[in-house]
Amino acid sequence: MPREAEPSINQRDFVFSAVQQGIRVDGRTPLQARQIAICFGNELGWVECSLGKTRVIAQVTATVTRPSPERPFEGILLITTEFSPMASSAYETGRPSEEEVTISRMLEKTIRRSEALDREALCILTGKKVWALRLTLHFLSDEGDLLDCASVAAITALRHFRKPDVEVVGDEVTIFSPEERAPVPLSLHHQPMCVSFAFLGPANVLVVDPTHLEEQLANGTMSISLNAQREICVLQKAGGVALPADEVMRAVNIAVFRVRELSDIVSRALEEDSKTRVIEVR
Amino acid sequence: MSYVLPGDVLTPPAPPPKSLKLGPGLLMLHTPGNPVIAHRPGVLHSTPKQQHWIETESRRYIPASQESVIGVIAYRAADAYRVDIGSAHLATLDALSFEGATKRNRPNLKVGNLVYARVSLANRDMDPELECFDATTRKADGFGELKDGFMVECSLGTCRRLLDSKHFLLPSLAQKFPFEVAVGMNGRVWLRAGSVKATVAISRAIGMLDDRQTSDDEVAAFVQLMDV
Repeated sequence: MPREAEPSINQRDFVFSAVQQGIRVDGRTPLQARQIAICFGNELGWVECSLGKTRVIAQVTATVTRPSPERPFEGILLITTEFSPMASSAYETGRPSEEEVTISRMLEKTIRRSEALDREALCILTGKKVWALRLTLHFLSDEGDLLDCASVAAITALRHFRKPDVEVVGDEVTIFSPEERAPVPLSLHHQPMCVSFAFLGPANVLVVDPTHLEEQLANGTMSISLNAQREICVLQKAGGVALPADEVMRAVNIAVFRVRELSDIVSRALEEDSKTRVIEVR
Repeated sequence: MSYVLPGDVLTPPAPPPKSLKLGPGLLMLHTPGNPVIAHRPGVLHSTPKQQHWIETESRRYIPASQESVIGVIAYRAADAYRVDIGSAHLATLDALSFEGATKRNRPNLKVGNLVYARVSLANRDMDPELECFDATTRKADGFGELKDGFMVECSLGTCRRLLDSKHFLLPSLAQKFPFEVAVGMNGRVWLRAGSVKATVAISRAIGMLDDRQTSDDEVAAFVQLMDV
């Protein structure tokens, strides 16, 4: 399928007139986000995150490799995003659309460029051995706002993951299996997450957490990634809609609240999960 | 009622019937004995008249002749429209296949308009064709352009349930407030109510019915609690 069909005129007119009255098609108010649900797999670092009907799986795996010669002290983080036709018939494997590229790049900026992960802590033996982490995001179902869901899944997976403990004696590196020594969590500098907005209708009404239909109809979208300490990492505005500065500030303030809420949800989910797991310390 | 999986061979009725009608999901093989096999997973339905078909919970529409569908105009040409009905190929709707349409006086539809139409030709080797009138009377009979309102998408199974006159949802909604609805067999439902709130309420109720995680009782409770 080369391109998704545009929504009909009836849908467009209805969505716009409804949002003008402060009602959204799924019954939410403009500033209300959907319920987020996080569930964990058997392995550490496997997270499924759903936002309404949008679903994303994030998985972290670690291997030991040789670092790049320019950065001998730093571990490697590789983020791969897997869009498949399973998420939506508009996606095709191997031929990323503009939207897919935007989401992948935004995740890259949010997690890697903002230095969320302490990469120096991944170093085992300078210039010889480092941990290479691979964060894979599988998009299972696209019902709008994939980016927010994926960023929550990614951060949760990184927090959930434990890498095997290592011991270095001289040049000798021993990697302990989980049975021998309890695996250690990754060290994260901060936990940035994305909050997306769409601007709908002639009056550019701001809505949080747009659905797929709203994303298609939006005059423009804006994604802000920031952490719970109110530090903005990335701000991206797409679609070319002209906005007054106040409106951008309003969006940023809403995003701050939303990210705090999301961080709390993630922490609570991780806490619940850790109670069910036995991580022995010897 | 029995469940079948693709590849299952159906047991033929004891005295071989004179005529056997196979609907969606069933296939007769041209091998000795002419066995009937299923090629979709789902629930097998049969009637005493030896009509058999499989109901699947699918979202992909395969056009079948005489089914009512909701389409979105995708392109317009001089004398025909190309309509997206959710199938693999666009359908053709002749500009003259409306009630009372003549060369001079015919409906003027724009790209993006919704139409309620009947599939007049469905052939696996050709693009489907649509008509907006009853084949015998040539009256509109409810077909034609759908103005205003909103369209929701659901699974084909949900559409079939909504079309069942014994299904609870639409009558119970009608007791709350008046509205108009057009259900297409292609997984699309168009609705128009007096207010935005009512339209949203109906579309949410249909969405809940479509969601496998909510039971019918929960949908009924949602309808009862509606405050429009």
